[in-house]
Amino acid sequence: MLELIRVNKNFGGLPALNEVSFSLNSGEITALIGPNGAGKSTLINCVSGIIPCDSGKIIFKDQDISRLPAHKITRLGMTRTFQNFRLVPRLSVLDNVLCGLTVQAGRSFIKAMLRLPATRHQERRLRLMAQEALDLFGIIAKADWPLAALPYGDKKRVEMARAFVAGPDIVLLDEPVAGLNPEETAEIAALIKQMRRNGYTILLVEHDMELVMKVSDQVVVLDSGRLIAGGTPEEIRRNPLVLEAYLGKIGAAA
Amino acid sequence: MTSREKFTYFIFHHRAGLTVWGLAPALLFFPFYYDNPYILGITNLVAINVIIVLGLNLFVGYAGQISLGHAAFFGLGAYGSALLTVDYGLRAWPAMGLAALLVALVALLLGGPVLRLSGHYLAMATLGFNIVIFTIMVQWDEVTGGPSGFAGIPPLTVGPWIIDDEFRFHFLVWAITLIIITLCLNLVRSGVGRGLAALAVDERAAAGLGIDVKKEKVKIFVLSAILASLAGSLYAHCFLFVNPDTFGIFASVDFVIMVVVGGMGSVWGSLLGAGLLTILPEFLDIFETYKDIIHGLILVLILLFLPQGFVTGILDIIRTRLALKRRQNA
Repeated sequence: MLELIRVNKNFGGLPALNEVSFSLNSGEITALIGPNGAGKSTLINCVSGIIPCDSGKIIFKDQDISRLPAHKITRLGMTRTFQNFRLVPRLSVLDNVLCGLTVQAGRSFIKAMLRLPATRHQERRLRLMAQEALDLFGIIAKADWPLAALPYGDKKRVEMARAFVAGPDIVLLDEPVAGLNPEETAEIAALIKQMRRNGYTILLVEHDMELVMKVSDQVVVLDSGRLIAGGTPEEIRRNPLVLEAYLGKIGAAA
Repeated sequence: MTSREKFTYFIFHHRAGLTVWGLAPALLFFPFYYDNPYILGITNLVAINVIIVLGLNLFVGYAGQISLGHAAFFGLGAYGSALLTVDYGLRAWPAMGLAALLVALVALLLGGPVLRLSGHYLAMATLGFNIVIFTIMVQWDEVTGGPSGFAGIPPLTVGPWIIDDEFRFHFLVWAITLIIITLCLNLVRSGVGRGLAALAVDERAAAGLGIDVKKEKVKIFVLSAILASLAGSLYAHCFLFVNPDTFGIFASVDFVIMVVVGGMGSVWGSLLGAGLLTILPEFLDIFETYKDIIHGLILVLILLFLPQGFVTGILDIIRTRLALKRRQNA
C-alpha cells in the first residue's frame, strides 16, 4: 500500500531521517514509535508531502510520491491529522468535517458562486457524509456547535472525523491521544480499532505505548532518524534495541 | 412531506438567498421616501463600497491574507471604463467588462509573485502596488488627465433608460450589489469557501486537505480585484468624473477598516462596515475634519476588543455562549 525506500532528510546537515525503509500493509495499523527527537514528525511530514525528503522513494499506489506537493498526495487518497490540531475555529463542527471533503466539493469558483441545483445536491450529499462521520466518532449531537466551544477531547475526535470522512486509502494519525486522560485514550483506541475493522490502513505516530501495543498490527521504531526495529507489538516489547533506545544502556542492562 | 413541511424546508434551504432578496423591496421603495439626490448619492456610494468590501473581505477575512492595494484595482476599473468609453468609443457595458478582464489579468500577474509573501510583507507589496498605480494616474496626464481628473465619462444605459441621475442609478447599483452579495454568500458556503477558511488557519494543513494553496490564493485575489474593478467602473459611470485622489493608499486603508469594522469573513458585516464608514463622515462634521484619526481609532478599538471584527466578533460571542450553556445543561 505504502512503501518507503531509503528515505533521507537532512536539516542543515543534521540527518533527521537516515535511510528509512518500511512498508504499510493494506488494512492494518502500523505504529511508528520512538523517543523524542527520533524523527517521527519529520517522517510523517515527508510522507504527507508537507516537507520534501532529500532522497529515497515513497511509493503509494504504484507511484513515487516523494516529489509531489501535499495537496496532490491528499488527492491521491492519503489524509492526516496534526499533533496540535489545525481546525478552523470560526466554522461549526460540521463545517470543519466538511473541510475534509474539499477535494470532493470541487474547485470551481464559478460553480460555487452560482450554486446551481447540481451543486446544491452535491452539498447535501457531502453534508450527509460529514454527519455520518460525526456519528461514527460520537459527536453528532454537537454538529452545529462552533468549534471554539468544544472541549479538547472532542476536538481530537473532530480532527479524526475530518481525516476519515473522505474514505481515504491511508490515514496518518499524528499523536491522536496526546493530552488526553486514560478514559478518553481508551475511547480513541476503540475508535481506531473500529476504523481498522472498517478496512482502513493507518499509520499511527504515538508516544502512548499502551495504545500502540493495544491497537497496532505492526510496530516500527525510529531512533535518531534510523529505523532500529520492526515487528509485531510482542516482538517490539522484547527487543533489546528498543529498550535501549527508550531507557538508555543502563536501563537495558538492569 | 406535507405541503407545510415542504414550505419550511424550502425556506430553510434558501434562507441566505431569501434574506438577501428580502432587502430588495426595502431598497426598491427607499428612493420614493427619500428622493433627496444628496442622500441617494451617499447610498449609491455605499453600494459601490459594499462591492469592493465584499471582494476584499473574501481575500482578507476568509482567506486570511491582507491587501492594502485594493483602491488601485478600484481605480484601474474606473480609469479603464473612462478611457475605453471616451478615448476608444466603446459602449459603457462592454467597457466595464473589458476593464474587469484587464484588471483580472493585472491581478493574476501581480498575485503570482506577491502572494508568496504573507503578513507585513504582503501588506507592503500591495501598498507599493497601490502607490505605483496612483503615481501613474497622477503623472501620465496626457492619458489620465493627471491630478485634475478625467471628465466627460458617459452614463450607463439600460435598454431605453439612460442612468444619469442618482434616482435611476440607485436601482441599478443596488440590484448589482444584491446579486454580488448572493454570489459571495454562495461562494463562502461552498467547498471553495471552506477551503479558504482552512487556508486562513494554516497553509500546510490546508494543503493536507487537498487544497492547492498557491493557486487558491491567486484565484481569490483575482476575484476580489474583479469586484473592485466593477465597483470602479460603476463609480466612473455614476459620477461621470474620476480623480486620482479617490484611489490613493488611504482609500485602500479605509476599505480594510470597513472589512474589519464589519467583520472578518462576514458577508453581512461587509454591508454594515461599508455602510457605517461611508455614511458617518457625511453626517458628522467632526468626522470630516478628523476622518483619518477617527478611522484609526475605530480600527484600534475593534482590534483590541473584537479582533474578529464587529459583526463576526459579536456573533462568535453569542454562539459560543449558547453552546457553552447547552454544554452545561447537557
